[in-house]
Amino acid sequence: MTAAIESHEAAPARTAKGAVFDRTFEALCFGAATLLLTALGGLIVSLAIGGWPAFAKFGPRFFISSDWDPVQEVYGASGAIVGTLVSSALALLFALPLALGVAIFLVELCPVRLRRPIGTAVELLAGIPSIVYGMWGLFVFAPWFAHNVQLPIMTAAPPGSIWETITSGVPNGAGILAASLILAIMILPFIAATLRELLLTIPPAVRESAYGLGSNTFEVIRKVSLPYIRTGAVGAIMLGLGRALGETMAVTFIIGNSHGFPTSIFASGATIASTIANEFAEATGELHTASLIALGLVLFVITFAVLALARLMIGRQVNS
Amino acid sequence: MSAGSPRLGRRISEVAFLAFCWAATGVALIALAAILWSLIRQGIGGLNLDVFTRSTPAPGSRGGLLNAILGSLMMCAVAMAGAVTVGVLAGTWLSEFAKDSRYGKVVRFLNDVLLSAPSILVGLFVYELMVRPMKGFSGYAGALALALLAVPVITRTTEDVLRLQPTALREASVALGAPVWRTILTVIWKSAQGGMLTGALLAFARISGETAPLLFTALNNQFLSLDLSHPMANLPVVIFNFALSAYDDWRRLAWAGALLIAASVLTVTIIARLTTREPKRS
Repeated sequence: MTAAIESHEAAPARTAKGAVFDRTFEALCFGAATLLLTALGGLIVSLAIGGWPAFAKFGPRFFISSDWDPVQEVYGASGAIVGTLVSSALALLFALPLALGVAIFLVELCPVRLRRPIGTAVELLAGIPSIVYGMWGLFVFAPWFAHNVQLPIMTAAPPGSIWETITSGVPNGAGILAASLILAIMILPFIAATLRELLLTIPPAVRESAYGLGSNTFEVIRKVSLPYIRTGAVGAIMLGLGRALGETMAVTFIIGNSHGFPTSIFASGATIASTIANEFAEATGELHTASLIALGLVLFVITFAVLALARLMIGRQVNS
Repeated sequence: MSAGSPRLGRRISEVAFLAFCWAATGVALIALAAILWSLIRQGIGGLNLDVFTRSTPAPGSRGGLLNAILGSLMMCAVAMAGAVTVGVLAGTWLSEFAKDSRYGKVVRFLNDVLLSAPSILVGLFVYELMVRPMKGFSGYAGALALALLAVPVITRTTEDVLRLQPTALREASVALGAPVWRTILTVIWKSAQGGMLTGALLAFARISGETAPLLFTALNNQFLSLDLSHPMANLPVVIFNFALSAYDDWRRLAWAGALLIAASVLTVTIIARLTTREPKRS
């Protein structure tokens, strides 16, 4: 009887003590999660405050004009914005078919024993720091590209044609197209990894019934697998696009860094990230700094929209 | 014969498609091999004892990367210490407390966005937050920028591995009379420690090669300095400056540094990969 009463009394006391620690621990964890939110909020607010002088001075002209002149103190973002969008779109154009090929290879075709080594190798491609891509792009890829791609294409272009206009430039290997090829190699593993995960979510019964009806691999992929992962695949593409938009060091090395609208695929250009990386530490005045931070805010808005859309689409696919 | 041509067409498209998939994988592997090959070929010549024992030189004189290596290690260590604390707690909250609550979903979503946010913007943020108010570049600012990049990775992996732990494990611990906080600390974290370590390794691999966020937070320092409150040398920024310089000996050092950084990042990535299981077809 006494023992029963004792345990009866002891139990609530222990829970009460546990509850205090429980609540502290939960609050600690909650605080850490909230810190994450605060960091993202702080990022937006600080970019908005830092960039405000540029928005206030130039107004809508900041987005329309492509003049970028630290001497005259005139700044317009459209050259860098167009450079960012064009180089990322081209990169996606090259990376997407390759990534799809790699993902299908790893899921459907690869011998089981090679699956792990090849999968890891593709992941290593994602692990290489972007500054290494930059050095490799400038010192190894660019000379090769100039000699084997740029020169033949430029000499083959008939004079006076559109072909000649969009391939004009200095054949030194640096420029928009070279930058997007490097970007394509960089985002390929990210897109491939997501596509691979999505392909693995397809129930075997669905694919097997397609095979059972007499389809070959190409038909199963095209008519069953790809429609099945459609939403998530679009998300994977956006994720790759988000990476390409914000990529800094590799692009800074190889895009040539000239302001204004890019005139051809071989011309040098600049992206938002490369402009910030090149000029921020040596910005000449308050307005220059503010304009660079304003550029950063533009980049944030673009990438946030793309990434948010990507996450929503991948999330819907995986949950459904 | 009439049935022959569509059958032939199917065969051709099938073969072409399979060949394309093989070729795409080939392109990816060749790119990796080409990058590693030029790193080794150009970097190995510059690697000698000086690289590890001397600080960055003036052009034309003897020198190494000692200050940059130490600076990178120190900033990464400080960043990881902060990031692991915040990331593990935030991941635990998402997995154990938030479950499917509204706020939990928002945090999870924004964490995923932060995970792939451009690193240069984190650099700008820390510049506005620390460098401008304190009127100076510093190692602490660099470490904060790196920590901000590592936290989302750790949060995500922590949440993922904690969710994999069986509910029975939690129930067993609670049934023995342990309060929730002890259950998490001594049972759940303990059984998930391998996966959490993998997450930390991946985060470390990510931040140790980052250049953009350090350009205007830690800046650079030509001399050996272990004081985190001053501008600090670090490998990525030294590589960036030296690679774009006109001096041959600086470029040689840049290649040696690139080889060092790539080798360490890839080693850490491989170790992290070896400790996780391959995704299986469901």
